[in-house]
Amino acid sequence: MSERNGPGLRTDAPLLEVRDLVVHHGQLQALSGISLAVYPGEVYAIIGANGAGKSTLLRTIAGLHRPTEGSITYAGRDVTGLRPDKRATAGITMVPEGRRLFPSLTLEENLKVGATYARKGPWTIGRVYEVFPWMKDRRDQKTAQLSGGEQQSVAIGRALVANPQVLLLDELSLGLAPVIVQRIYGMLPQILESGVTVLLVEQDVSQALRVATHLQCLLEGHTTLEGTPAEVTRVQVEAAYFGVTDGSVALWPGLTPSSRAS
Amino acid sequence: MAWVNAVIQGILTGGLYALFACGLSLLFGVMKVVNLAHGDLATVAGYVGVGIVAATHMPFLWSVPLVVLVMAVLGYALQRTVIQAAISRGELTTLIVTFGLSIVIENGLLQFFTSNTRGQAIGDSFTTASFSIGSQIQIAWLNVFIFVLAVVVLLALQYFLSGSKYGRLIRAVADDREAAQLSGADYRHVFGIAAAIAFGTVALAGMSYGLTTTIDPTTGTDTILLFAFAAVVIGGLGSLWGTLLGGIILGVAQQIGAQINISYEQLGGYVIFLLVLVVWPQGLTSRRAQS
Repeated sequence: MSERNGPGLRTDAPLLEVRDLVVHHGQLQALSGISLAVYPGEVYAIIGANGAGKSTLLRTIAGLHRPTEGSITYAGRDVTGLRPDKRATAGITMVPEGRRLFPSLTLEENLKVGATYARKGPWTIGRVYEVFPWMKDRRDQKTAQLSGGEQQSVAIGRALVANPQVLLLDELSLGLAPVIVQRIYGMLPQILESGVTVLLVEQDVSQALRVATHLQCLLEGHTTLEGTPAEVTRVQVEAAYFGVTDGSVALWPGLTPSSRAS
Repeated sequence: MAWVNAVIQGILTGGLYALFACGLSLLFGVMKVVNLAHGDLATVAGYVGVGIVAATHMPFLWSVPLVVLVMAVLGYALQRTVIQAAISRGELTTLIVTFGLSIVIENGLLQFFTSNTRGQAIGDSFTTASFSIGSQIQIAWLNVFIFVLAVVVLLALQYFLSGSKYGRLIRAVADDREAAQLSGADYRHVFGIAAAIAFGTVALAGMSYGLTTTIDPTTGTDTILLFAFAAVVIGGLGSLWGTLLGGIILGVAQQIGAQINISYEQLGGYVIFLLVLVVWPQGLTSRRAQS
């Protein structure tokens, strides 16, 4: 794990630490030795193109994939072998890609499922209704009747009422209009104020750069860039994101820049 | 008048079919398991009821909650072991496993109870009492009782599924197992609860069936499973009230078939079954079929 340097030097322990994570989808190696450390109160953003392994990384942290190698430590405890439901009740909750609301349940029932195994904490269904006042009037509707942005808000609400310590957000912007994405990310400060630490995956780099306190770029299962948004330049991010460099330096062993240029 | 009688008798029989079908429908709706041992489990419940009454001489009605409880516990245990292991290996495996379970149960019953038929002996007054409407329609109180029981069971199931914490979890897990896990729900436990409920209803159905007629070790597959399947398919897979509708339609079709010619009873049922399959493949109450 790389040490943080500069003014952001941390002395406290990471809340979530991933070490040398290797994950396979069948024969395919999706992640090849990813490490990261998320500290309390951070907004840690994983960026990268389609197929970079971002979602796999988040799903593995949530417990939905078993890593072939490596470890996941949460609050000082090794959770690598823990079932996803046990991780959720321990305080790692994910908003999955594509929202994944329960279609035959009403809006409020979706929130109630999220609250069933909740930890103690500030988030209740009532508090979610305060943050999203429109939900209260439509709580008895099936979620299929909601727009994409509304569904995403319900998915976030369902995760929040579990009172997680770490909230995993998988591609919040997927399939949503930019103005809706802005609005959804606009509630991030409220989440952070309640003491929740956020680890998010985002394809939309400019969005990630706006909200993140720490940034990590993946490309084909490898880390190609890491740092605070202030530390990295636009050019570096682009190079790390697409795997093209102006120089002759390969981003990772075995792959030359020219092979990516096409 | 004979036709009216056929319809009335058919509707009442439909209650029993619904009682058989609702557990089958629940298991399929929640965990996509087609339980081929469903009929045999009903037979087991009938035999366990007979056995308990014979061994302890307790009144039959007292044995009902006991058998339901025993079957519910068995349901949870089977789900958490054999059926869950099959689910983890794919949907086709559950078919093979429940088929195997069916064979094991049938042969087990043959071993312990021989192939002789059995019936619940709870006194003739209850099983044979009836009342008449006019001169041609005679209705057995037992059939009315079973129909009412079926409606009460379906109402209770609906209330449980829509209003309770575990009912909500069962529906959530049926929708999206993974998303439910992310909310902290152990879906295998939720499956187990659904199986316990399904086995409880099948216990009620099996014991009711044992009152209306005699059972033998092969009744489960030969009769009950097929009727339950037909009722579920007619009503729509995974739909609770659809099983009552399906059961009633099946019952009425059988009685009308029998009215035309006594040997057409089974034929009548299967003609309707095939007709529904062709015209409404999703079943009568399915939303997809209506749109």
